[in-house]
Amino acid sequence: MYKCLIKLSLHQRTAQGTGSRMAHGILGLLRPLQSRLSASRTRLVLLCAETEQHQGPARGWAERAFSSTHQDAPGESSSEDRVTVHFINRDGERLTTTAKEGESLLEVVVNHNLAIDGFGACEGTLACSTCHLIFDKDTFQKLDAVSDEELDMLDLAYGLTDTSRLGCQVCVKKWMDGVTLRVPMDVSDMRRQLEVGKQSKQ
Amino acid sequence: YSQQGYYSWCCLLQPSCGHVGWLFWARFRHLVQTQGTLHSSDISFAFADQTHRVSVPEAEEAALQRGHLQLQALALPAEIRGADGPCSPHNGAGLRRWLCSAAPAPRVCVVGSGPAGFYTAQHILKHHGGALVDIYEKLPVPFGLVRFGVAPDHPEVKNVTNTFTQTARSGRCGFYGNVTVGRDVTVPELQQAYHAVVLSYGAEDNRVLGIPGENLPGVYSARAFVGWYNGLPENQDLKPDLSCETALILGHGNVALDIARILLSPLQLLRKTDITDSSLAALACSKVKRVWLVGRRGPLQVAFTIKELREMINLPGARAVLDPADFTGLESAVKDASRPRKRLTELMIKTALEKPVEMQAGAAAPREWGLKFQRSPQEVLPSADGSRARGVRMALTRLEGSGDSAKAIPTGDVEELECGLVLSSIGYRSLPLDPAVPFDSQRGVIPNSSGRVEGVPGLYCSGWVKRGPTGVIITTMNDSFDTAQSLLEDLQGGVLDISPSREGFGLVESILHSRGVRPVSFSDWEKIDAAEVARGKAAGKPREKIVDPAEMLRIIGH
Repeated sequence: MYKCLIKLSLHQRTAQGTGSRMAHGILGLLRPLQSRLSASRTRLVLLCAETEQHQGPARGWAERAFSSTHQDAPGESSSEDRVTVHFINRDGERLTTTAKEGESLLEVVVNHNLAIDGFGACEGTLACSTCHLIFDKDTFQKLDAVSDEELDMLDLAYGLTDTSRLGCQVCVKKWMDGVTLRVPMDVSDMRRQLEVGKQSKQ
Repeated sequence: YSQQGYYSWCCLLQPSCGHVGWLFWARFRHLVQTQGTLHSSDISFAFADQTHRVSVPEAEEAALQRGHLQLQALALPAEIRGADGPCSPHNGAGLRRWLCSAAPAPRVCVVGSGPAGFYTAQHILKHHGGALVDIYEKLPVPFGLVRFGVAPDHPEVKNVTNTFTQTARSGRCGFYGNVTVGRDVTVPELQQAYHAVVLSYGAEDNRVLGIPGENLPGVYSARAFVGWYNGLPENQDLKPDLSCETALILGHGNVALDIARILLSPLQLLRKTDITDSSLAALACSKVKRVWLVGRRGPLQVAFTIKELREMINLPGARAVLDPADFTGLESAVKDASRPRKRLTELMIKTALEKPVEMQAGAAAPREWGLKFQRSPQEVLPSADGSRARGVRMALTRLEGSGDSAKAIPTGDVEELECGLVLSSIGYRSLPLDPAVPFDSQRGVIPNSSGRVEGVPGLYCSGWVKRGPTGVIITTMNDSFDTAQSLLEDLQGGVLDISPSREGFGLVESILHSRGVRPVSFSDWEKIDAAEVARGKAAGKPREKIVDPAEMLRIIGH
């Protein structure tokens, strides 16, 4: 199953709105390609340089004109009962999304195509530990009890902590709005952290 | 930033040119024509006008703010940046030429299509928008141990093949089955065809006991037995003799537990799995009703994991026979151990102390399995006529040291265990592939540092052949990402030189053709896959594996 996300965001402030015309033109040219995109994610990001004039209406037009397909499940109504969830990725990057109550955290990552490497290898069947997430203490204590089966798999997880759970076993609830979850470092990450520390930044 | 011919790139251009739309379309059309599809890359364009040039860091920052994680910035060559800017009508041709030039994309070759191969390929493709990765596999079918190692009654673990399939189907990934690297094409030949070669061919052999009687009929390596019931072509002739009552499995790992479980599982459970038909028939006639798992060290050194142990304990129709004496004092010994070790030991203790369930009158005696500790095999004893194994003489050991580094020292006492079936489950082992590849025969791995093969630039390794034959899929996944990361770093840092253009499969194809080898494509595999699933459906199984490579090739018309 291929999810094609063409997200075009335009930040342009040229006087003539040439950038937006071009962007529109490009999108038009790309349309025939969309059916052939075998991509899981293709993004067109158009950036235009800042000039003196800020063209408010043009920007608004640009944002309206371009479609931004979302990874929501089909037939879903938007905005209500959405719970905001933050994931801190292995490189410290924060990924934010809104989820529906009842979705498992694994489903959230997969459905919203969050960029977390190797997440959910066994597709939520308690046969691996790749959806391992670290919670803050308060949230962790309020979660539903952990089963033996989940503990058995957690036992194999890298970087296990006292507030670790498997994402496929935890479902989003309204009270979790704004929760922040940490994706644990794996063995290779820790080695790389040491290497990066030795090199100077470019 | 140096000029790189990636498909994901950020180009600093002038907004005034009307040619931009046309130029980008030409580039995409070129890509579609040469690659078949446009691929998942983050394609970014940054426009800078003459007076306020967007600097590369600014473009990066703006892109990152939009969640665009990867940005490759290209500094346009001076000859394209004219006075009017690169996209002015006067210079359109220059830019057009430059954009559409066949700049080399890094070509990577992966040897082995098991989890290591696929996870390495996946990570490279995901984090490099232009790399082309070809995966070679010696069998006509992919997935390695996921198909041939994971037990038939563990189908959830095999879900990883779904993500592998997505990777194989993606535009920048090629799959070539039925190609034995080291014979049909050598590693030096692959190095001519690709900028980088990753060896992920796993461990196809096993460690040997090195004791007398090891080669008697009735003694099998666990690897061969697992290959047998999982349909690995080379093990189909195993014909294990299951006519005895007692089987001995030497080893305390998950493979040992898998075999014990398959030997003792009720047939109606196995029937619904993808275990091969012929092994199911053999198991249906099996007389084995008692399985001992024998290890040299103690309960604190077992290598199997709790999920598999729990499964064995809960196996219908079988009961666990654990000697409480083996666990004396261990409860306190693990009080401060890591949680995994603690829970595992506590489960064994609990099971050892449980009273056996009262049997109902007339009920069939349950099958039995048990763990024996601190016993090291000295000799497989032959039957009176010397024709087969009848038992194993074990040396009793004591432990020196503790934890993982504890050593088993023979005490001088021995014990004989009667059995008709001996399965040696003491570890898999990798073999050297090609004289051009360094190999540490003692450790059974390719010497490497974070996946970079020592002394051979452009050569990498991942999975069991890199690390040794242990671990579950997540271990291999992390390890493969580690190797992929090394490769990506080398690409970015210029350590891997991609300026010489390489032909990839174009070159390999002619080599294979000259040797009479016809590779199997991924869509060929999908035909075999469909045939297996269809055959399995009739029997209520997820698939009926085809075990004869000649039949596989027939199905795809080769």
